Amino acid sequence: MSTTTTEALPATTLLRFATAGSVDDGKSTLVGRLLHDSKSVLTDQLEAVERASASRGQEGPDLALLTDGLRAEREQGITIDVAYRYFATPRRRFILADTPGHVQYTRNMVTGASTAELTVILVDARNGVVEQTRRHAAIAALLRVPHVVLAVNKMDLVAYEEPVFAAIAEEFTAYATELGVPEVTAIPISALAGDNVVEPSANMDWYGGPTVLEHLETVPVSHDLAHCHARLPVQFVIRPQTADHPDYRGYAGQIAAGTFRVGEAVTVLPSGRTTRISGIDLLGEPVDTAWTTQSVTVLLEDDIDVSRGDLIVPTKDAPPTTQDVEATVCHVADQPLTVGHRVLLKHGTRTVKAIVKDIPSRLTLDDLSLHPHPGRLAANDIGRVKIRTAEPLPVDAYADSRRTGSFILIDPSDGTTLTAGMVGESFASPEPVKDAAEDDGWDF
Amino acid sequence: MTTVAKTATGEGTAGPYALSHLDALESEAVHIFREVAGEFENPVILFSGGKDSILMLHLALKAFAPAAIPFSLLHVDTGHNFPEVLEYRDRVVDAHGLRLHVASVQDYIDRGVLKERPDGTRNPLQTLPLTEKIQSGKFDAVFGGGRRDEEKARAKERVFSLRDEFSQWDPRRQRPELWNLYNGRHAPGEHVRVFPLSNWTELDVWQYIAREGIELPQIYFAHERDVFARGGMWLTAGEWGGPKDGETVERRLVRYRTVGDMSCTGAVDSDATTLDAVIAEIAASRLTERGATRADDKLSEAAMEDRKREGYF
Repeated sequence: MSTTTTEALPATTLLRFATAGSVDDGKSTLVGRLLHDSKSVLTDQLEAVERASASRGQEGPDLALLTDGLRAEREQGITIDVAYRYFATPRRRFILADTPGHVQYTRNMVTGASTAELTVILVDARNGVVEQTRRHAAIAALLRVPHVVLAVNKMDLVAYEEPVFAAIAEEFTAYATELGVPEVTAIPISALAGDNVVEPSANMDWYGGPTVLEHLETVPVSHDLAHCHARLPVQFVIRPQTADHPDYRGYAGQIAAGTFRVGEAVTVLPSGRTTRISGIDLLGEPVDTAWTTQSVTVLLEDDIDVSRGDLIVPTKDAPPTTQDVEATVCHVADQPLTVGHRVLLKHGTRTVKAIVKDIPSRLTLDDLSLHPHPGRLAANDIGRVKIRTAEPLPVDAYADSRRTGSFILIDPSDGTTLTAGMVGESFASPEPVKDAAEDDGWDF
Repeated sequence: MTTVAKTATGEGTAGPYALSHLDALESEAVHIFREVAGEFENPVILFSGGKDSILMLHLALKAFAPAAIPFSLLHVDTGHNFPEVLEYRDRVVDAHGLRLHVASVQDYIDRGVLKERPDGTRNPLQTLPLTEKIQSGKFDAVFGGGRRDEEKARAKERVFSLRDEFSQWDPRRQRPELWNLYNGRHAPGEHVRVFPLSNWTELDVWQYIAREGIELPQIYFAHERDVFARGGMWLTAGEWGGPKDGETVERRLVRYRTVGDMSCTGAVDSDATTLDAVIAEIAASRLTERGATRADDKLSEAAMEDRKREGYF
C-alpha cells in the first residue's frame, strides 16, 4: 500500500497496470514479491501482517494479508474486490489494480483493466494455458489494454526448463495475437523464489529478457498522438463574472484524446457549430498546445452555446453523431440487462436516456463462441448490444479511443452502474450475427 | 507563452506527450472536482487544516480558476485541535473568501449526546457530528482527502463512494468504477463521498506541495515541543488529558506527519525544517504515516474499515 524508496525521486512517469490470475497461480505472491523486493512494504505494515499471521497460527508472514483489506476477504481468504496499490522505483511510479481472478468477479477485472495500460496475466508453469488464462487474455483484448505480460510462474516446480516456458509462451502468444492483442511479453518467473520478478534469475541462464519490474519500468506509456482524433468533453463552464474577468467564458475539461492548438478550427457537438480556439489555459497558465490527459480550459473566438456534455473536436476530424449505438458490453450488475430495458447512458460528460433495443449475442469466453439472441445478459456476461439514445451522441469506436469510445449504463431508478460499454466492433465478432430471416434468402 | 513546460523529461521511456506522474495526478484530481461541480447540487470539502485537505483546496482553486471554487468547506472540530492549525484554517478561509461550516465534537459532549472515552481519544467521536452536519446541510457530495495508500481498507475505496442515508459505507456493495466515467447518482438523503487524492501517495503529496510552493501549518516542520510518550508515540501535552500518572513531559525536536486530534496524533523525532528535508526524511522512512503517528488505527486489524462503515471519512 505504501510507496517510499530510499532515493529521492526526479520527475517520473506513471504506469497504471492490472494483474490477473487464478487464486492458485500465485498472484498474491507475485504482488507481495513486487512490493517487498522493490522495498515498498514498510516495517509497520510487515509487522501487522506478521502479527495477524501468527494469531491465525500460520508459521511465516502471509503476504496475501497485505493485499486483502476487508474483513470478509480475510475471513474467506480470497480477494473479492479490486484494490489499488502504489509503489515506486527511481524510474517510475506505479498504480497497480490488484483484481480478483475468480470467474464470478470478471466485472472486477474489467474495472481494473479499464484504466490499465498493461496487464500481467499469470500462468502456472505446470498447467500451462488453461481456460481462465484464455478468459483473461480475452478481457485484456476486449478492453484494449495496450501491453500484455504473460508471467509463467512456478518455474522452480518445472526445474526451470526452457522448453516448458517456450511451449506456453508460444501457445499464449498465438492465442492473444488472434484476439488482436498488439504486444505480448512472456517472462518465466518464480514469485515464491523471486526469480525474474525484481532480480534476474540465476536459475534460468537461457532467458535473456527483462524481469517483470524492469519491463514495467521501461514499457512506453504514451502513444503517437499525431494519429489520434482530438476530443475534449466539456465538464463545466467557467464564468467568473468578476471585475478582473468580466467576460471570461471558458470550457473546462480533461482532454480525452489527441492534441488541441490555439487558432485551430473546432466544432462543438452535438450542435455542430464551428469556431476557433482563441486560448487554452492549463490550470491558470496560458499554453499554445495541450494534449491528452491534461485538464484544461478552452476559450473560443465566438460566443456560441456550449455546455456540460458537449464535445469539442477539430472541425477537420469530427466523429459522426448517432442515436443508435452498437457496442460490446460487460454487464457488471447483479440484476440482468434485458431487451427493452430503459437506462441512462453516460458517455464522456453527457448522460442521456436510452433503451436497450436488442442483444444480438452473448460471448462464451471459454472458446469465444457466440450465443445468438440470449435476450438478457446476467452479471459478468459479455455480449453485443444495440442501444437507442434519446439524443444524438458523438461516439468514436473504442478501437480508436478508449475514452470517447466507452460508456456506462446506469439504472435510472436506483443509480446502479449496470454495464460497461465499448462502441463498435470487437475482436469477438469477426462475423456479424445473422438473423434467421436473413438466412432464409439464401436458397441457391 | 509556454507550450511544453509540463512535459516529462526523464528516462527516455516517455514520449514528448507523456505527463510526469505529478501532472497526471493533478489532472485526474482536477477532472474529479469538475465532475462533482457539474453533477451535484451542494458539494462540500472536508477541511481539517491538514496537508491533504490543504492540497485538495489548492487543486480546487486551480480547477476553477480564474473563478471562485463552487464549494464550501466543512471542518469537524474535535475540540482538541492544534492552535496553529485552527489559525491556518481561518486565515485560508478569509484569504479565498470561502464559507466554512463547523461541526463541533465539544458541543455534542456538552449536550450529553456524546461521552468522552476513557482513553481521551476523540477521533471516533467525529463520526456523529460529521454525519449529522451532512444531513442538516443537505450536502450531496462530500470531498475527503483520503488516499488509498494510507490504509488497507482505504485501498478498496472508490473515487466516488456512495453512502446511504445513515452515511454508511458497504464495501461489498460498491459500484464498479470504469474508465473515468464516475457515477454520482444517489437517492435523496444519500450522498457521495468523493476522494480526488485516491491515487496520491504521501510522497506525491509532499513533492507536489514543494513544486507548487504551498504553505503549510508550521507543525509539519521540526520544532521544539513539550511531549510525552504513550503507546510508542510522542503526544503533545495539554488540557485534553495528558500526561497522566507515570507519564513525564520532555522537550524534544519533533514534527508531525499527519494532523488530527491531539489525543491520538503523534509527533515524530525530526530535524527537518524545510520541504526538501521533509521529503528526504519520508523517502528514507521505514514506517507509514499512519503506522508512525495514529493510535486509533492500531485499535484492531479492521479499525479503519469499521469506522468507515459507520460513516467516518
